[in-house]
Amino acid sequence: MARIIGGLTSSHIPAVGAAYAKKQFEDPYWKPFFEGYPPVHKWLAEQKPDVAVVFYNDHGLNFFLDKMPTFAIGAAFEYENQDEGWGIPALGKFKGYPELSWQIIDGVVADGFDVCSCQEMAVDHGFSVPVQLFWGDQTKNPIKTIPICVNTVQHPVPTPMRCYRFGQAIGRAIAAFPGNEKVVILGTGGMSHQLDGKRAGFINKKFDLMCMEKIVDHPEELAEISTADLIQEAGAQGLEFILWLAMRGCLTGKVKRLHQNYHIPISNTAAGTLLLENAA
Amino acid sequence: MSTHAHELHELPDTVIFDGREAMKGYPLNKMCYSFNRADAREDFRRDSEAYMTRFGLTEQQKAAVRARNVAQLIEVGGNIYYLAKLAGIFGLGVQDLGAQQTGMTVEAFKDMLKKQGE
Repeated sequence: MARIIGGLTSSHIPAVGAAYAKKQFEDPYWKPFFEGYPPVHKWLAEQKPDVAVVFYNDHGLNFFLDKMPTFAIGAAFEYENQDEGWGIPALGKFKGYPELSWQIIDGVVADGFDVCSCQEMAVDHGFSVPVQLFWGDQTKNPIKTIPICVNTVQHPVPTPMRCYRFGQAIGRAIAAFPGNEKVVILGTGGMSHQLDGKRAGFINKKFDLMCMEKIVDHPEELAEISTADLIQEAGAQGLEFILWLAMRGCLTGKVKRLHQNYHIPISNTAAGTLLLENAA
Repeated sequence: MSTHAHELHELPDTVIFDGREAMKGYPLNKMCYSFNRADAREDFRRDSEAYMTRFGLTEQQKAAVRARNVAQLIEVGGNIYYLAKLAGIFGLGVQDLGAQQTGMTVEAFKDMLKKQGE
């Protein structure tokens, strides 16, 4: 059976895509951010996962407000990172794994989550930045990916608890997949930030650090927060933390934190990186 | 942890982009979404008035675009994720938008971000 070996989190700030392209790894502004990744690279090199399931939100590349699914699951052979309109380099194609995608879709619908399945899906920085940060260049030996898009753009958005439960359903579906694959789950986005309104620039270090602590052993308690309270504490776009809760829901084994990094600011955002091991 | 201490539409200085905003801002956001394409950005640069008319923007929406004013663009139903694409055409990043909305200089805004990490 397929096995979920761990969960990773990463902010997916578009400016990171630009900095990565310019290789600004040692630049004083970027160094405290990029140095959060080598310990994860080491773990990935040892564990050699076959598949990455990536929770992200689309920021207006694949989905527009004409049709806005709450939960959309990629079921394509490949996904293209295309031009988003404001200048970060498009990274081209990412490899899919539709067989496992359909396993997940079948499983979660049977479990009460009526998702939108996507056999064609462009992926934006929300997906491509974290995959690049963890696995680098995807033109050679690409990791198989399954993008799972959660609406954080237009309210009503799914509640934090609903996202956590969605993750649990995905975890069960993956565990029932008849293969030997090792799977890692990515929760992307966050942490606290707000781009719009007079509250633009809002960051909440205390709340973020509490979340990074609690998500390890007490995710259910964390998931009880209301959408309004989450926006109050983490900012209008810090709401993306629901993607981390979806990731955490997938991890049903013994969870241990192996690495953590937190840095303020990258662009307008607090950036958080976590490596969680999910032992059987 | 306390739950439901706040109501979504009573949060200070935050516009919740819900169905009401989505209805109001649809033509503006649809235009911004089109800017994913390079040829669309070029068309807008060449004749922004004709481009706005083609998407059916209201007079208030057109005025907000002309003014390059983020607060106004949000007021007329713009969603920040789509507006970012319009801002990109004007060469404005998220720090510029933040500075404009908070009435700070860009340097002061960046400094404020940095201080929150200390």
